[in-house]
Amino acid sequence: MTVAALAFYLFAFVTIASGFMVIAARNPVHSVLFLILAFFNAAGLFVLLGAEFLAMILVIVYVGAVAVLFLFVVMMLDINFVELRQGFLQYLPIGGAIGIILLIELLLVLAGWVIEPATIAAARAPTVAGLSNTEALGNIIYTDYVYLFQAAGMVLLVAMIGAIVLTHRQREGVRKQRISEQVNRPIEDAVAIRKVEPGQGA
Amino acid sequence: MEIGLEHYLTVAAILFTLGIFGIFLNRKNVIIILMSVELMLLAVNINLVAFSAYLDDLIGQVFAMFVLTVAAAEAAIGLAILVVFFRNRGSIAVEDIDLMKG
Repeated sequence: MTVAALAFYLFAFVTIASGFMVIAARNPVHSVLFLILAFFNAAGLFVLLGAEFLAMILVIVYVGAVAVLFLFVVMMLDINFVELRQGFLQYLPIGGAIGIILLIELLLVLAGWVIEPATIAAARAPTVAGLSNTEALGNIIYTDYVYLFQAAGMVLLVAMIGAIVLTHRQREGVRKQRISEQVNRPIEDAVAIRKVEPGQGA
Repeated sequence: MEIGLEHYLTVAAILFTLGIFGIFLNRKNVIIILMSVELMLLAVNINLVAFSAYLDDLIGQVFAMFVLTVAAAEAAIGLAILVVFFRNRGSIAVEDIDLMKG
């Protein structure tokens, strides 16, 4: 068995085991941590497949942003998770039945799978020798798929604005400096000129 | 034993099934349901990248990147909605999400 095969089995096993722990862990914080582990090992699988750029993106975007966001929300909300666990076993039979049926169907599809050799020959963007994965991807994304790339940027922008609009709230009783109000205040409101007679001042 | 396309597809199939299973198992906890959706999207990405590698076609990786983008946006919006809902109702149980009487 080669090193690559060993690495594949290691990454695959840890990915699936931590995927199972995500849905089975009692504590949601543990679930998030197992999700991070699953993403790390999936990134390992991507590296084995030769998709280094996507592997790094997976680590940066998922582990660095999404999983931390999950962790943040889980810890910020004051939720009684024990209460939410009730009825856990109630859905086990139907969930298990559907899961097993789906898995058997997927594996049956895999068992009967044959790739036509012509499909491989008809690849639209075959790898070019002497070009790293990142360079090759960049060559495609910034030329053929530039509109889709821009659209992905728009999706992220809309998501960002949406998340801010949803969670932002105006709180009462917060003292803030409003510079425009300060500058726009008319002089009559701010300064009063009094005539004081000599010797009358207290 | 040579590691072929089928190995990767099997891993992705098991991961996808785990995602579905997680949605059924944690019917009450929205956070775990969102995490299960992330697992399913990861399985889809593994499929795309595996086919891309074995068919020697980079388009699959481009598509996987877009799936990643949309998944990140979905997680952000989903968690934002969750936070707002928790602020309004003080709970994230799925049964309590019935304000629209659907």
